[in-house]
Amino acid sequence: MTRDGADLGARLRGGDLTVAPAVLNLVENRTPAAQPRIAALLAEVAPAALGGEAPGHVIGLTGPPGAGKSTLLSQLLAGWRARDRSVAVLAVDPSSKRSGGALLGDRARIDFDPGDRAVFIRSMAAGDRLGGLAPATRAAAHALAAAFDVVVIETVGVGQSETEVADVADTVAVVVQPGSGDALQFLKSGIMEIPDVLVVTKADLGQLAVRARRDLHAALRSLGARETAVVAVSAVPPAAGVEELLDALDAHRARGGVAARRLRARRLHALADFAEEHGSRGMRALGGRRAAERWLAEQDPGLDVAALGRGLAARAGEGG
Amino acid sequence: MRTYAGHSTAEKSNELYRGNLAKGQTGLSIAFDLPTQTGYDPDHELARGEVGKVGVPVAHKGDMETLLDGIPLDQMNTSMTINATAAWLLALYIVAAEDQGVGADALQGTTQNDIIKEYLSRGTYAFPPAPSMRLIADMVAYTVEQVPRWNPINICSYHLQEAGATPVQEIAYAMSTAIAVLDEVRPRVREELMGRVFSRISFFVNAGVRFIEEHAKLRAMAVLWDELGRERYGVTDESQRRFRYGVQVNSLGLTEAQPENNVQRIVLEALAVTLGRDVRARAVQLPAWNEALGLPRPWDQQWSLRLQQVLAFETDLLEYPDIFEGSVVMQGLVGELLAGARAEIAIVAEHGGAVEAVPYMKSALVESHRERIRRIETGELTVVGQNRFTETEPSPLTADGDGGILVVDPDVERGQKEALAAWRAARDQAAVDGALAELARVAGSDENVMPATIAAARAGATTGEWAQTLRDAFGSYRGPTGVGEAVALGDASLEDVRDEVERLSEALGRRVKILVGKPGLDGHSNGAEQIAVAARDAGMEVVYEGIRLTPAQIAASALQEGVHVVGLSILSGSHRELIPSVTAALREAGVGDVPVIVGGIIPTADVAALRAAGVAAVYTPKDFDISRIMRDIVALVSDRNGLSATSAADSRST
Ligand code: B12
Ligand SMILES: Nc1nc2c(ncn2[C@@H]2O[C@H](COP(=O)(O)OP(=O)(O)O)[C@@H](O)[C@H]2O)c(=O)[nH]1
Ligand SMILES: [Mg+2]
Repeated sequence: MTRDGADLGARLRGGDLTVAPAVLNLVENRTPAAQPRIAALLAEVAPAALGGEAPGHVIGLTGPPGAGKSTLLSQLLAGWRARDRSVAVLAVDPSSKRSGGALLGDRARIDFDPGDRAVFIRSMAAGDRLGGLAPATRAAAHALAAAFDVVVIETVGVGQSETEVADVADTVAVVVQPGSGDALQFLKSGIMEIPDVLVVTKADLGQLAVRARRDLHAALRSLGARETAVVAVSAVPPAAGVEELLDALDAHRARGGVAARRLRARRLHALADFAEEHGSRGMRALGGRRAAERWLAEQDPGLDVAALGRGLAARAGEGG
Repeated sequence: MRTYAGHSTAEKSNELYRGNLAKGQTGLSIAFDLPTQTGYDPDHELARGEVGKVGVPVAHKGDMETLLDGIPLDQMNTSMTINATAAWLLALYIVAAEDQGVGADALQGTTQNDIIKEYLSRGTYAFPPAPSMRLIADMVAYTVEQVPRWNPINICSYHLQEAGATPVQEIAYAMSTAIAVLDEVRPRVREELMGRVFSRISFFVNAGVRFIEEHAKLRAMAVLWDELGRERYGVTDESQRRFRYGVQVNSLGLTEAQPENNVQRIVLEALAVTLGRDVRARAVQLPAWNEALGLPRPWDQQWSLRLQQVLAFETDLLEYPDIFEGSVVMQGLVGELLAGARAEIAIVAEHGGAVEAVPYMKSALVESHRERIRRIETGELTVVGQNRFTETEPSPLTADGDGGILVVDPDVERGQKEALAAWRAARDQAAVDGALAELARVAGSDENVMPATIAAARAGATTGEWAQTLRDAFGSYRGPTGVGEAVALGDASLEDVRDEVERLSEALGRRVKILVGKPGLDGHSNGAEQIAVAARDAGMEVVYEGIRLTPAQIAASALQEGVHVVGLSILSGSHRELIPSVTAALREAGVGDVPVIVGGIIPTADVAALRAAGVAAVYTPKDFDISRIMRDIVALVSDRNGLSATSAADSRST
C-alpha cells in the first residue's frame, strides 16, 4: 500500500501544487502503516528521482515570538507572488500544551488570496519543544521543495534553538525586533549561529530600528561575517525593505552551496526520524549524537532519507 | 428614555424615528448595520448577509439625508453606536445638517468611538490600534472647537463584561482606555481646553445580576475618575470631573432556557445603577426577555420599557438621597474594588498603556470568561433554569409562530446594492476622486483628518471608499484572538474527553484537528473562543483565525490545514446566508466530506435548512456544557472516519 505515497510524490515532481494538503496529511501520519507510504513519497522527490536537488528555495524564518515573522511573511508572500513564484509556508507553532492540544493561529496574520492555488500554508504543532520543528516538518519541506518555488518554515527561536531549522533550510533568516537586544548579545557571545540574513522588523519605529540595524551590522563585521545581509523592514504602511529582503534571500541562494546543505539536511532528517522512533535508547546504541553524525557524514551522498534511516537502524542493531 | 432602533433601510428607519418622536421620544439612537460599522459598502464580499440586519445601512450622504429627513437636527440629541468609522459617520451627519441649514455648532449628540473595546470585545474595528487612536484624537480635537456640544467619545466598559470581564477588569480596562485617549488628545488641544475635554468624556457601563457589587463598582469608578481628572490632567473644576455614564444592563447572563426568568434578572440589574443617588445612571437601556433567542420585536421592547417605568414611577426608588451614605459594608466593597482596579491599571501601564496592552487584556478576558463558563458547567455558579431548577411547564411565550423574535427581510441587501450602484453612477466622480486623494494625503501626514473626511462626505464618497482609503494608508488589521495565551485549565471535566481525543488521534494517525471559523462580519467571538480553548485543552489541534473571514478563506484554511471537522460560529443572524455559502465553498475546495458543525443564535426554525445544507450538528446557548460538545465532536469525527467502534460512542452515555 505504498502506491498512494509514490503517486503523491510523482505528482509533486510533476509540479502539481494541489496535492500539498494530501502530502501533509500523509507525512504527519504517525501510524506504522503510513511509514512505508511516506518513504515511497520521499523516494519520488529524492535527487535520484529528480535528477538533482529539488529546485525550491527552502527558507527558515526564525526569531522570538512577537518579532513580526508572520506579519512579514504576509509581505514576502505578496512579493514572491508578484515575482510569479509559488510559495508554501510551514508555520511551526510552539503553543502546544500539556494536553497535547495546540492553538494554531499564525495563518491569520498572513494575508493571501484564498483562490490562489500557488500559495499553501500549513500550521504544524511543535509539541513541547520550544523552537524545535514539528516531527513532520523536515519531510514536508523536503517534499514540497520539489514543487513549490519557495518553501518557508516559520519557527520560534531565540539563541540556540534556531539550529533545528538551520538543519533543513537553504537559507536561514533570523528576525528580530528593534530594542530587544537579545540577538546582539547572543551573536556577540557566540550562542547564536551567524544567520545567512538578519532581519530587523518594525522599521517604522524609527530611530530604535536604525540603531538596532547599525549595532547588529557592527557586531557581524567584528565577527568577520561580511556575507550576512542585515535588512530593516516595516510591515506597516508605508511598507519598506521587503524588496531588499527578497533580493537578499535570492542573493544568498545564488551564492551556491545548496547541494551540500541538502545533503546535510537529508542526513539530519534521517537522524531526527530515528531519534523520534527509537528515543534516547536508540541514540545511545549509535554511540551518541556526534558519533551518529560522523557516521552519516561518511555515507554515500546518493542515499535517500529512507536508506539512511535503514542504515542507522541496522547500526543500532535494532532493525534490518 | 428611548429604544435602540434602526434597521433594514434608511427610509424604514426614518419612519420609525419619526413615529417615536411623535410619541414623545426626545432623542435619536442610531444603530448601524455591521458593514457600515466596519467600513464596507453593501456590495463588498464581507457584507453578505449583514446588510440592514442589526442596524441601518448608511453608505453615503444620500442615505444619511434620507435617514434624518424631516427631523430637526438643531433640536435633536443623537446618539450613534459607531466606532471605527465614527469620524466618517459624524462627517455625514454634519453634511446632512448643513443641507438642512443647521450649523455644526448647533449639533448635539454622542458618537461611541471607543476603539479599544472593539479589539477587546465588540469586533467592529477597521484599522490598526495606533492610527485608530489618532482618528479618535483628531475627532476630539475637532469637535471641541467646531462641534462644541458633541460628546465625541463614550468609554465603554459594557462590552468588557459581555466578554467575560470581572468587575475589577471592567473598571481597570475602561479607566486605562480613558487614559490612553486623553494622553493622545492632550498634545492636540490648547492647555486650557483640557478641563472641557475631560468633562465631555462619558462612560457606557454594564450592570450584572450581582447588583450590590455592581453598584459598588460604579462608586469605585466615580472615585477613580475624579482622581484621574485632578491628579493626571489637572482639572480643577469639580463639576468637570463628575463621573457621567449611561448603562445597558448585562445580557451575557440572559438565558435561552426558561427565557421568562430574564425579566427578573433585568429588573435586579437595573437596581444596580439606580439604587444610590450619588452614582445614578443618566440613561438606562434594558435588553428584552428574549435576548438569547434573537432580535426583540416592538412588544418585547415595550415590556422592557415598562419595567423601567414601574421602577421609576411606582416605586419609591427615586425619592431619597443616597441610601448608601455611611454604609460601612458598601464602603468596604468599594475599597476592595478600588484596590483591585488600581493594581490592574498598573499592569496595563506596565505594558505601555491600553493600546499596547490590547493582547494582554484580550487574553485576560478570554481567561475570565473561561472561568465563568467552568463555574456554570460545574454548578458552582447557579443559573436558574439553566443548570438548576431546569424542570419547566411548556412556555406560552415562545409558542407563537415566529418563534418569538424579529426577522429581517433578506431582500434588503439586493435593494441596497442596486441603490448604491445608482448613487455611484449619478455622482460627480472627479470630485470624489479628488476628495479621496486629498484624504489619502492627509492620512499620511499629521494634519487633522476631519476636514478632508467632511469634504469627502460632501463630494459623495461612500463608506467603503472612505474606509478603503484609510486601510491603504494605515494598513489593514486583524485583532488578537486572546486564545493562544489563555492558560489551560487543569479541568477534571475534560479529563475523560482527553482520553477519547488521544485514542481517536492514535486511530487517525495524527492528532484530531478542528477549524473554528467565524464567517462574515459578526463580531460575537465569545462562543468561538471558548470552543477553541476547550478543544485545545481537550487535546485537539485547533486552527482559529479570529473574526471576519470570507467563506473562501475558511474553505482554503480547512483544505490546507487538513482538518477533521469544521466548526462555525454565528450569532448575528446571518447564518441563513453564510452557512450554505461556507458549505458550498468547502465542496468547491474539494473538502465537502469534512463534517461541519454550527453554533450560535440559531432559531429552531432554521435548523432544518442548515442540516439540508450539509450541517451535521447545531448548538445554541442552551448547550452550555462545552465538555459535552467536545465529546460530540469526537463521536462525529470517529463516525465520519469509519472508526465508530472506538471509545467515543460508549463513553457518551456516561
Ligand atoms: C455577549 C453579547 C455581545 C457582546 C459580544 C462579545 C464577544 N466578543 O463575543 C457585545 C456586547 C460586543 C455584543 C455586541 C453586539 N450584539 Co450581541 N450579544 C451578546 C449576547 C448577550 C451573548 C452572546 C455570548 O457571548 N454568549 C456566551 C457564549 C459562550 O455563548 P454562545 O456564543 O451562544 O456559544 C454557545 C453555543 O451557542 C455554542 N456555540 C457557539 N459557537 C459555536 C461554535 C462551535 C464550533 C460550536 C461547536 C458551538 C458553538 O456553544 C457555546 C457554549 O454553550 C447575545 C444574546 C445571548 N444572551 O445569547 C447577544 C446577541 C447575539 N447580540 C446581538 C446584537 C444585535 C449585537 C449588536 C449588533 C448590537 C449593536 N447593534 O451594537 C452588536 C454587534 C457586534 C458585532 N461586531 O457583531 C443579537 C443578535 C441578533 C440576531 N441574531 O438576530 C443578540 C442575540 C442579542 C439580541 N437578542 O438582540 N453582543
Ligand atoms: N509597528 C510595527 N508592528 C509590527 C510590524 N510587524 C509586525 N508588527 C506587530 O508585531 C506583533 C507580532 O507580529 P507577528 O507577525 O505575529 O509576530 P511573530 O510572532 O514573530 O510571528 C503584531 O502585533 C504585529 O502587528 C511592523 O513592521 N511594525
Ligand atoms: Mg508568527
